[in-house]
Amino acid sequence: MTLASATVRTERHGPPGSPQDKRPRPSGRSAGAWFLVLPALIPILILSVGPLLYGIALAFTDAQSGRTRSTQWVGGLNFQDLLHDTLFWDSFRIGLVWAFGVTVPQFVLALGLALLLNQNLRMRWLARALAIIPWAMPEVVVGLMWRLVYHPDAGFLNETIRDLGLGDGRDWLTGLATALPAVIVVGVWAGMPQTTVALLAGVQNTPQELHEAAALDGAGAWRRFRTVTWPVLRPVALAITALNFIWNFNSFALVYVLTNGGPGGRTRLPMLFAYEEAFHYGQFGYAAAMGCVMVAVISVILAVYLAGRLGGGEDR
Amino acid sequence: MSMRTSAAARAGQYAALLGYLVFLAFPFLWLVSTAFKPARELGSLHPTWIPDQPTLDNFRKAFDEQPLLQAAANSLVAAVCAALIAVVVATPLAYVMARRRSRLSTAATGWVVISQAFPLVLLIIPLFLILKNLRLINTLWGLIMVYVVWALPFALWMLAGYVRAVPVELEEAASVDGAGRVRTLVSVTAPLLAPGIVATALFAFITAWNELFFALVLLKTPEKQTLPVVLTHFIGAEGAADLGPLAAAAFLATLPSLVIFAVIQRRITGGMLAGAVKS
Repeated sequence: MTLASATVRTERHGPPGSPQDKRPRPSGRSAGAWFLVLPALIPILILSVGPLLYGIALAFTDAQSGRTRSTQWVGGLNFQDLLHDTLFWDSFRIGLVWAFGVTVPQFVLALGLALLLNQNLRMRWLARALAIIPWAMPEVVVGLMWRLVYHPDAGFLNETIRDLGLGDGRDWLTGLATALPAVIVVGVWAGMPQTTVALLAGVQNTPQELHEAAALDGAGAWRRFRTVTWPVLRPVALAITALNFIWNFNSFALVYVLTNGGPGGRTRLPMLFAYEEAFHYGQFGYAAAMGCVMVAVISVILAVYLAGRLGGGEDR
Repeated sequence: MSMRTSAAARAGQYAALLGYLVFLAFPFLWLVSTAFKPARELGSLHPTWIPDQPTLDNFRKAFDEQPLLQAAANSLVAAVCAALIAVVVATPLAYVMARRRSRLSTAATGWVVISQAFPLVLLIIPLFLILKNLRLINTLWGLIMVYVVWALPFALWMLAGYVRAVPVELEEAASVDGAGRVRTLVSVTAPLLAPGIVATALFAFITAWNELFFALVLLKTPEKQTLPVVLTHFIGAEGAADLGPLAAAAFLATLPSLVIFAVIQRRITGGMLAGAVKS
C-alpha cells in the first residue's frame, strides 16, 4: 500500500522509552482523551473492525448478491468446497510464487541500491529523483506503462531484442510461460523504491566510527557489512520484507491491468480470483471464505518467518 | 573511507548505479515517448525513442475517447475530501497514541498492524453490503468513507511519529506558564505539528488519487468513476488498445502524484531519519 506506513513503522525499532515517555504528565485528561479519541474510533469501529468481523462471519454463510431468499448459515461448507476447488489452489500457488518472486528480488535490489546511495557517488541525486517515479505513480499507470514496454510490436523490449539480433521477440504478457515472470518484473520495479528508502535510513543509522575502526583493522567491505551494517539494518530489513510480502500477496491493481489474470489463469492472483468470485459471480460467502484462507496462510508464513529471524537474532 | 575505495571498485559502483538508473527510468521514458508519437509511428515495427514528428494528437484523442476531465474531477473530490477528513479525525487520536500509554493506544496500534494483513476482499464485501443498505453505492460519498478508513492506519502512524518529535517539555513549559490544556495544544503543539499534518494529508491524497480496487467495486456508472477506473477502459476487449491515447492519458494521470510526491518525499524520508537519529 504505502511506504509511509512502513517508514514510520521502522521508527519503532529504535530502542523504546525515550526520556519523555517516562516523565509525569499533566493530570486530569481522562475525559479530554475520550473526546480526542472518538472522532477516529467511531469510523474505525463502524467501517473497519465491524466489516472485518462481518466479513469473517460471511465466510460461514451462503451469501450471494442480488438474491431475494435470506442468507443462511452453512457452517464450514464454503471451506469444504474450497478444499476441493483446484482453480483456487492453482491461484493460491500462483499468489505464493508471485509474492516470493517479487519480495526477494525487491529486497536484494533495494539493499544494493541503498548501499550505493550511501556511497559518495556523483549521480546519487538522479537515482533519488528517479526512485520517486515508481513510488508515486498510480498502480494502474504502472500497469499501462509496462504494457507499452511489453507490447509485441510497438514495445521497447521486443525492439531491443530485434536490434540485438536475438530474434523477433515475443508477446510477453500473453505467452503461457512468460506472463508470470513478466508481471513479477513489474512488481519488483514498482515496489523497489520504498524498500530502498526504508533500508537507506537503516544504513545511514550505522555508526560511522565503527565503520572506520573496522576498516583500520583491515576488515574488507563484506566483513564490514556483516559485522557493522547488518546488525543495525536487520530490524528494518525484517519489518520491510514482512510488510512487502503481505502487500505483494494481497496486491490487485497491477496484475489486473497487466493481464487481468490471463493467459489461461497463469497470473490469476488470489485477490483477482476472489474479486471475480464476489463481483462477477456474486458469490459473497465463498469469496469471503477465500479471504479468510488468505489471512490464515499469510499469518502462518509470517509467524514462522518472524519467529525464525528473531530467534536467530538472540542466538548471535 | 573514500580514499580506501580502489578505482576498480569505484568503477563497479558507477556501473551498478547506471544499471539502476536505466531500470528505473526506461519504462517511464518509453511512456512519454509513446504519448507524443503519431499513430503512423506507433504502427511501425521499429519504434524509436524520440518521435520523428512529435504530436499532441494522442492527448486530444484521449479526451475524446474517455471522460477524462469528469474522472479527474471525481478523483480530485474523493481524494481531497478523504485526505482532509482522515487528517482531522486522525490527529487527535495520534496525539493520544503518542503521548499516553493506555490500553486504548495499544489497541489502536494493534489495529493499525492487523488491518495491514487483511486482504481487501475481506473488507470490501461487507463494506459493499453496508453501503448498499445505506444507498451509498455508486456515490462519491460512499467511496470517500471507505478511503478515510483505509487511509487512517498510515495517517495514525505518521502523525504519531510527528507528535513524538515535538518535545513534551514545550507543552509542560506552557502549562507551567498558566496556559490551559486546549490553549497549549492550539498555540504550542499545533504549529509545530503543522508541516507533519500537511505531509500526511498530501500522502493520503496521493493514495486515494491512485486507488483502483475500491473504486472499481463501488462506482458503476462512467460519469461517477474515478481516474484509475477510467484509465483501465483504455485497454479494449481482448487486450487490444489504442496505444497513443492510452500513453497520453496515463502520463497526465501521473503528473499530480509526481509533483506532490516530489514536494513531500524529503519530509517523509526526513521524518523517518529523524526518528532513527533520535534513537
